[in-house]
Amino acid sequence: MTDSTVTIEVDGRELQAKAGAMLIEVTDAAGIRIPRFCYHKKLSISANCRMCLVEVEKVPKPLPACATPVNEGMKVYTHSPRALAAQKGTMEFLLINHPLDCPICDQGGECELQDVAIGYGQDVSRYNEGKRVVADKNIGPLIATDMTRCIHCTRCVRFGDEIAGIREMGSTGRGEHTVIGTYIEKSIDSELSGNIIDLCPVGALTSKPFRFNARAWELTQVEAVAPHDSLGSNVNLHLRNNKVMRVHPRDNESINESWISDRDRFSYEGLYSSDRLTVPMIKKSGEWKEVSWEMALEMAAASFSEIKEPDQLGALLSPTATLEELYLAQKLMRGLGCDNIDSRLRQGDFRTDANQTHANWLGMKISEVDTLNAALVVGGNLRKEQPILAHRLRKAALAGASVHTISPLQLELNYKSQQSLCTPAEMVERLAAVAKAAGVKASGSVANIVNSAAIDEFAKNTAEALKRSDSSVVMLGALAQSHPDYSLLYALASGLADVSGARLSIVPSAANTVGAQLAGAVPHLQAGGKTADRNGLDALSMLKLPRKGYLLLGVEPGMDFWNGALSQSALQSADTVVALSAYRSPELEACTDILLPIALYTETSGTYVNAEGNWQQCRGAVKPQGEVRPAWKVLRVLGNLMNQQGFEYTDPQQINDELRTLCDGASLYNNITEPTSLEPTLSADGLQRAGDTPLYATDPLVRRAKALQLTKDAGNAAIRLHPQEAIRQGLESAQNALIKQNGYQANLPLALDESIPEGCVWISTGLRDTSMLGQPFGEVTVEKA
Amino acid sequence: MANEVCLRTLDLERPWLLEQYQSRGGYEMLKKILTEKMAPEAIVEEVKKSGLRGRGGAGFPTGLKWSFISRNAPGQKYVVCNSDEGEPGTFKDRDILRYNPHQLIEGMIIAGYAIGATRGYNYIRGEFWEPYERFEQALEDARSAGYLGENLLGSGFDFELHAHLGAGAYICGEETALLESIEGKKGQPRYKPPFPAHFGLYGRPTIINNTESLASIPMIMEKGGEWFADIGVKNSGGSKLFSISGNINNPGVFEIPMGTPFSELLAMAGGMKEGHKIKAVIPGGSSAPIIPGEQMMELNMDYDSIAGAGSMLGSGAVIVLDESNCMVKILERMSYFYHEESCGQCTPCREGTGWLYRVVHRIETGQGRQEDLDLLDDVASKISGKTICALGDAAAMPVQGMLRHYRDEFQYHIDHKRCMIGVG
Amino acid sequence: MTTTTVKDKTEHFTPEVRAEIDRWIAKYPAEWKQSAVMGALMIVQDENGGWLTNQLMDQVAAYLDMPSIAVYEVATFYSMYELKPVGKHKICVCTNVSCMTNKSDVIVEHLEKKLGIGFGQVTEDGRFSLKEVECLGACGGAPMMQIGKQYYENLTPEIVDAILEGLE
Repeated sequence: MTDSTVTIEVDGRELQAKAGAMLIEVTDAAGIRIPRFCYHKKLSISANCRMCLVEVEKVPKPLPACATPVNEGMKVYTHSPRALAAQKGTMEFLLINHPLDCPICDQGGECELQDVAIGYGQDVSRYNEGKRVVADKNIGPLIATDMTRCIHCTRCVRFGDEIAGIREMGSTGRGEHTVIGTYIEKSIDSELSGNIIDLCPVGALTSKPFRFNARAWELTQVEAVAPHDSLGSNVNLHLRNNKVMRVHPRDNESINESWISDRDRFSYEGLYSSDRLTVPMIKKSGEWKEVSWEMALEMAAASFSEIKEPDQLGALLSPTATLEELYLAQKLMRGLGCDNIDSRLRQGDFRTDANQTHANWLGMKISEVDTLNAALVVGGNLRKEQPILAHRLRKAALAGASVHTISPLQLELNYKSQQSLCTPAEMVERLAAVAKAAGVKASGSVANIVNSAAIDEFAKNTAEALKRSDSSVVMLGALAQSHPDYSLLYALASGLADVSGARLSIVPSAANTVGAQLAGAVPHLQAGGKTADRNGLDALSMLKLPRKGYLLLGVEPGMDFWNGALSQSALQSADTVVALSAYRSPELEACTDILLPIALYTETSGTYVNAEGNWQQCRGAVKPQGEVRPAWKVLRVLGNLMNQQGFEYTDPQQINDELRTLCDGASLYNNITEPTSLEPTLSADGLQRAGDTPLYATDPLVRRAKALQLTKDAGNAAIRLHPQEAIRQGLESAQNALIKQNGYQANLPLALDESIPEGCVWISTGLRDTSMLGQPFGEVTVEKA
Repeated sequence: MANEVCLRTLDLERPWLLEQYQSRGGYEMLKKILTEKMAPEAIVEEVKKSGLRGRGGAGFPTGLKWSFISRNAPGQKYVVCNSDEGEPGTFKDRDILRYNPHQLIEGMIIAGYAIGATRGYNYIRGEFWEPYERFEQALEDARSAGYLGENLLGSGFDFELHAHLGAGAYICGEETALLESIEGKKGQPRYKPPFPAHFGLYGRPTIINNTESLASIPMIMEKGGEWFADIGVKNSGGSKLFSISGNINNPGVFEIPMGTPFSELLAMAGGMKEGHKIKAVIPGGSSAPIIPGEQMMELNMDYDSIAGAGSMLGSGAVIVLDESNCMVKILERMSYFYHEESCGQCTPCREGTGWLYRVVHRIETGQGRQEDLDLLDDVASKISGKTICALGDAAAMPVQGMLRHYRDEFQYHIDHKRCMIGVG
Repeated sequence: MTTTTVKDKTEHFTPEVRAEIDRWIAKYPAEWKQSAVMGALMIVQDENGGWLTNQLMDQVAAYLDMPSIAVYEVATFYSMYELKPVGKHKICVCTNVSCMTNKSDVIVEHLEKKLGIGFGQVTEDGRFSLKEVECLGACGGAPMMQIGKQYYENLTPEIVDAILEGLE
């Protein structure tokens, strides 16, 4: 087909359309409503429901609008007697085996079948036989099934195949006995699974956490931005009585298309966790007691004021906080003369900070990922870090992009890839080999590493793919960013990107990772994303060189830090720790002195700067619970109480405007000049730990989302290792083992996993049961418990 | 003029053997085509000239189908043979596979040469184990003799052919369902367009023809398209294999010229059993609307004659029913078949075939209601023409045919809650 | 050990079964191993006494690099795959129109009486099971049945008796 334009006539209306476009696309664009169930703009065409049958002049049979390409001069009737007869016939067939149990169906009120039946159905059924009944299977904690209601449109099946890239739902049996489902009792494990709830046109697949909680017509809808990954997926919050009842995707073609990750969909449950902090609290003689806001704030201001050397303060800020909160927190600290501010809490190597003169970012538009021809992902399990971004990279791969990975974990990628599996220490050498193969001429700190690297087949292929492509990227994922030699990986990746013409992408991990850098919530950049005049301590140094006073914003000691054990000991040894937190938890209570209850993302106005640098603002959708206040107000009052200038805000928009002015001329940029001296710190000796932060352990909110915590991706605290390694360690028959790391230890269950390279054990961070251990990489020993 | 094309070697002792086939000039045509480097377009022209129409049931002109393939398009193309013989009443392809497999193989190689395909598959229904084994043996022998593989007879033309075995699904006789099945999926028909000529097996240009159609090719090439066309009548070229069964003395497969009077075919098949009177004939497999006996006795076995009587020649499967048959019971069984064999993909067929069966079933068992005959007509018309493939039409047509000719029998069942035949 | 991720795909089948499946795989383009699924299922079904377990289907899936659900779809779609145990001799009787009008009901009744089972059932000794099937394309020999891979045509109760006696 050419891309020429044709003129067609629909119901007497002349329409221009691209030749070869499907009729339903053309009518949808023109606002002409044709009923449908199986068609979905983002899925392949199956033409199975037969609801969109229309009459086309000179064609003896009615044709499905979803599968009929438009031709010049085509005359279409969507509501002629013949078209209507066909549509009504289909409707009758769809209803004969449908239970019509709308009063007890969660889909009632927002059901496509119900809606279309009102227009095309009859009041009385002529079908007097027994109806089909389908036995339901439990498909996990997120999705409830009532497959007797299923109308076999196969949207869910196609979604798994085409979008999620993992076929879990299928259509088994044949004829009238066809059943959509998993066939065996099995959980749906895709990190995008919840989208099939939206896709299901009937009440066969509904949200399990939302089940029987509200009727669609009781809900009001407010726009929001999802607060977990760095995409900032657009969502709608569905509210009833000042409560978030569920979260749905809001179409945004340039970010999340029509989808959202399960993390963004189901994390709302954490908003109502029983350990929400709803009143200010202070610790007196080891006892926690509730106090008034005035008292709590005055105590906080007073205890910070007692610390006379500003350098003895430190601010550890969550990159999921709003831009305004991050800006005010650093403004307060810098105003007090303290430069120890960081939001890169899961990073352990900051040696390139001096070379980073700009805020890091994705290195391209999110939508440009779809059109990449080649990608090298270093230390990134994107599916379990940034699910929608992974979906876009998969789109590129399916379109022919060559995807290469260097990873200390065999990745379950849902497309063809070339994976280089290695231990954490080897990651540096493998990347150096690619750099060498691409022709990197290092002269400074990485010269030795590049020169001594051995170019293997993988390195050669990868370098060639990156150089050959006109749109390629070198991506550093979360595992690379938490690597003890991240600075080396960064320097190598930057050099590689330079010589191969690839873009460099420092995949931002959290909702405001980019925003935090623009707001100055890092030691090396000041507000506006420009190089700071004075460099304070980074997140790790603040803990290694314990401060007397800390300000925590939205973080939990142990779980939100690179080195969980260190974070807890450093905070416990401080004179004063003031935490702005939405929750109280054992770790917070043990490590802090003042707890100030703050609002979560649905409860406050704020801005998130996503991976591509897009400032997305949203308004608070619900009133905060109890005495909870938005953090920006808390920080404003603290600023006032501590006599800081410029804390007279009455609206967060004023803060936003102020920062926007500061950001004028700021650019996002990743490439760095080669640092002068860098030596590898991670030795390859002994047994090496590697660890991620599991998908549902990334921040306090998602850690409290009950249903997500029941899924496979919640990640369990365990020692995962290769069966061969288990034999080598004499643990092949053990249930548990004692892991020891730098004087820390934990007794954890063992799990055999062939995706872990030999010589390594995989132990995740972000989990309460591993928070007493140290950093995610480094030498460990494992012995029988 | 019988047994001149597909069954021409039937008189030999073991006609399925390579040397027996070659003793009748088998593979000579292939040799000629390859050594003379005959223009592929000329082969397609010859097939067009023969008037050969798809013998699987749809009757689409074979030569025309081949001409839809862009011969010079780059990449792999495929020749696929449909031996998923499953239309109730049809059992002719089984005989070709059992008795003349080499002629089919030769036909497929010529087809491959004609469209520029170097690979072929023969889809044989799963229950046909004996024919499958025989076909596999024939493939092996043909391969040993240099008729399959690379550089056939030094011509530079490669052709490899394999048998795919089904596993029990009538719908795989539908050409796109068959392609899905070869791809290792459920046999669910694809929506057309695109047609297999553009997007066929593994997404490549593909021609797919019935066993009998492809097995006819060597004789068409040897004796000429005109010779073939002249065997038959206008619009129905050639001879055709008729599978005749039912209440007759000598059921079997007969290769006779198109246009032969039905009465002659019936006589060849030994006439009616036990002196019973002919009641009705299903002339083209169970999907073809039924024709009353006396009307059928006046018809000829060709596309136009049968179509003129409101039915279709289909695959040439002729089921002859005598007066002892209850038409409600016959329809009940046929409706059960379509209900069983619906693939379940599209709504009208998935939901409608079961509905049709249940209504006929209740009439048959004396539970019929006065409104049921109108209901049957209405449900059938709501399936007909609304489905992805022709199975929906195939399920609807017998219902419509039966009600057209035997409505009184159905009415009697409803009124009297029993059969007017006395056996039902 | 709490979880085990096993990725070796070849350990499930005997070398003979693998060789047979590989013969099917070889018929199709290298990137279309999935085309061998129907053949593979039939091979492992025969090997397993005539029926498929979920585990066998999973093993076929692993061997052919297919998602398990894609194998379940195939196994549940085609009527020759059995998902419950069947008799050593699976007797498939056609009851479609040509056979019906040639008294297939007499054959069915005879078999049911003789074996003491109905359609979909297995004799207590596990030797026989009965299955009603659609047209098997042998209407010229109606009434007919298939046992295992063999067709038997022009049946009468006496002929059926003789056939059954001849089976092991």
